[in-house]
Amino acid sequence: MTTEVKDFKLDGESIIARSKERGEGDFIVGKKQEAIDKFDALEMPKPDKTRINRWDFFTVSSPVVNSEVYESLETLPNTVKEVVDLDVVENLYVQHNNTPAFLKVSDDLLEQGVIVENIFEASENHRELVEKYFMTDGVKIDEHKLAAYHAAMLNGGLFVYVPKNVKVPTPIQMVVLHDDENASLFNHLLLVADEGSEVTFVENYVSTVEESKEQLNIISEVIAKDNAKITYGAVDFLAAGFTGYANRRGVASNDATIDWALGLMNDSNVIYDNTTYLMGDRSNSDLKIVVVGRGDQRQNFTTKIIHYGKESNGHILKHGVMKDSATSIFNGIGQIKKGASGADAQQESRVLMLNDRARGDANPILLIDEDDVTAGHAASVGRVDPIQLFYLMSRGISQKEAERLVIHGFLAPVVKALPIESVKRQLTEVIELKVVSK
Amino acid sequence: MTSVLEIKDLHVEIDGKPILKGIDLTLKQGEIHAVMGPNGTGKSTLAQAIMGHPRYDVTQGEVLLDGENVLEMEVDERAHAGLFLGMQYPSEISGVTNSDFLRSAINSQREEGDEINLMQFIKKLDKNMNELEMDLDMSTRYLNEGFSGGEKKRNEILQLLMLEPKFGILDEIDSGLDIDALKVVSKGINSMRGENFGALIITHYQRLLNYITPDFVHVIMKGKVVKSGGKELAERLEAEGYEWIKDELGIEDETVVE
Ligand SMILES: Nc1ncnc2c1ncn2[C@@H]1O[C@H](COP(=O)(O)OP(=O)(O)OP(=O)(O)O)[C@@H](O)[C@H]1O
Ligand SMILES: [Mg+2]
Repeated sequence: MTTEVKDFKLDGESIIARSKERGEGDFIVGKKQEAIDKFDALEMPKPDKTRINRWDFFTVSSPVVNSEVYESLETLPNTVKEVVDLDVVENLYVQHNNTPAFLKVSDDLLEQGVIVENIFEASENHRELVEKYFMTDGVKIDEHKLAAYHAAMLNGGLFVYVPKNVKVPTPIQMVVLHDDENASLFNHLLLVADEGSEVTFVENYVSTVEESKEQLNIISEVIAKDNAKITYGAVDFLAAGFTGYANRRGVASNDATIDWALGLMNDSNVIYDNTTYLMGDRSNSDLKIVVVGRGDQRQNFTTKIIHYGKESNGHILKHGVMKDSATSIFNGIGQIKKGASGADAQQESRVLMLNDRARGDANPILLIDEDDVTAGHAASVGRVDPIQLFYLMSRGISQKEAERLVIHGFLAPVVKALPIESVKRQLTEVIELKVVSK
Repeated sequence: MTSVLEIKDLHVEIDGKPILKGIDLTLKQGEIHAVMGPNGTGKSTLAQAIMGHPRYDVTQGEVLLDGENVLEMEVDERAHAGLFLGMQYPSEISGVTNSDFLRSAINSQREEGDEINLMQFIKKLDKNMNELEMDLDMSTRYLNEGFSGGEKKRNEILQLLMLEPKFGILDEIDSGLDIDALKVVSKGINSMRGENFGALIITHYQRLLNYITPDFVHVIMKGKVVKSGGKELAERLEAEGYEWIKDELGIEDETVVE
């Protein structure tokens, strides 16, 4: 494997050499080597209806940048503070570009055996656990070229493990601050909720740079064992210019639940893959996504729930707003495998277009190999309803404010589902910024 | 000063199809006018055109509020000028709570920096919802979403009471209301009655007018006002229907369709 780097050629050997130099443990070095070995033979992923053959997913300025760490909550930069409920936050990991910069975990959780550590440390301190779940049940290294590239270039991320029957009372939050335009993010989030446990996890990606030509290649593997419940919230708001691949994958065992609420607000071209495997009987996933596209960005949102378990429930709700000449593809796939009797697969995609140049395409797909199931989909692409605007304006509300209300209202079902107040507020502000700004 | 709303020779089309064919009506504050007429004769069209509904084209005539040309105003400006339309079929707006909407509406009528304070707003909302016997949690629900027919109508009147316009045009505000709700809503409208409020109430039934006694009653057919009178006109219509007017005026088909 060789990859284009602006200033120098990077090949498999130097990736491994650098990894060792940075003190990454045997496990990670081994995974990187495995990815490098497999890379050449792998295909690119094929997001339906978006041609990515001219996208550059590989060029980076620097495989890792070193950034400042923070000693305390008080010294966190404002951009980070804004998305944290400072008064109540108990569990927080801040990553500054590629550098683990701050970590706070409540003693209570540590005593109960909850693990919150950056992925590199965790791979050494809890090797068996990481080895068991890292790119095995969720996203495999050889799933496609971008998964392998992610593993080879891995330069950040977090491992969260919740032991059996532990119910984490307050959210665990990860904030990734991107403020170096030369930083690429190859972040891996591995979240495992063991049997009967419960946890709420929220991640924020924020940039303060105007533009960055780097790579965003992030993978989350979210694993809920029997009877576990995971609530997963995210707000992605990275700058324009990135080439993005964001894969968030869920695996739910018997009676487990994984609920997602994702605000996908990146300003760059991104392929989003959000797939949940409902492996277990009576497993559930509720997936809510909101997106706003602006400028000339191109995005593909593929959301998929695959039902293996009997009486499993998968519900997808996607609301998108497209303005300027943004282009977005919304693929929603509900797949029910043979044997998943009693499964229920539902999805709804709604796209609101704010002008004629924007493009939005909603493709609901149901793939069903079992008779005894229920499934349904609804999709629409449309403009702001002039009759709704008339109604609001007839009460004195200006056209601009009326549009604002309708758009916020349209996105509200997902904003409301986000589990942390400050993150809700942030998402509302981001929506305001993206929708209202000209 | 008593405000006056004048509708002069109003002609309105929808998709090129003439609906109103010369309506003349003058409303003064302090007066209640009832507008009646068979289905499909143009009553809602009149109401919507006055408020500026985007699908209705005014092709002739004028609407003046204290001499100001209403037809040149944007919809929100008409509201600011003092007009209010209680709609026959109110829109549902998902994700926007009733109370957020009401606050935006009230603040839109006030200067920037002089927004209604939260306590004042809640007090006023409480009082009006009480008066209309509405459940308080209706204010945190999304605007009209999933409201029953009667609840929507009550919610229109709530907006009327909150916004206190100069003129209220109320389109079939009584349809879908049960007997008790009709009394409650009438009470709400009557509480607005006075020298600072005028209303044009579109209805099919004398029942409503038993509670809100009109000063004038107008009958619309074929897109025109064909008869006007006092409250006794409504009583006669209730008793005898529209046939006698049609006979009197030689109208065979009362709808607007040619
Ligand atoms: N969007 C439209 N397209 C075509 N025709 C329309 C449209 N809206 C209304 N009309 C027609 O205009 C005429 C008048 O309608 P309008 O709603 O004003 O009647 P109305 O007097 O309010 O009736 P009702 O008592 O049933 O409420 C009707 O024939 C109706 O079918
Ligand atoms: Mg009508």
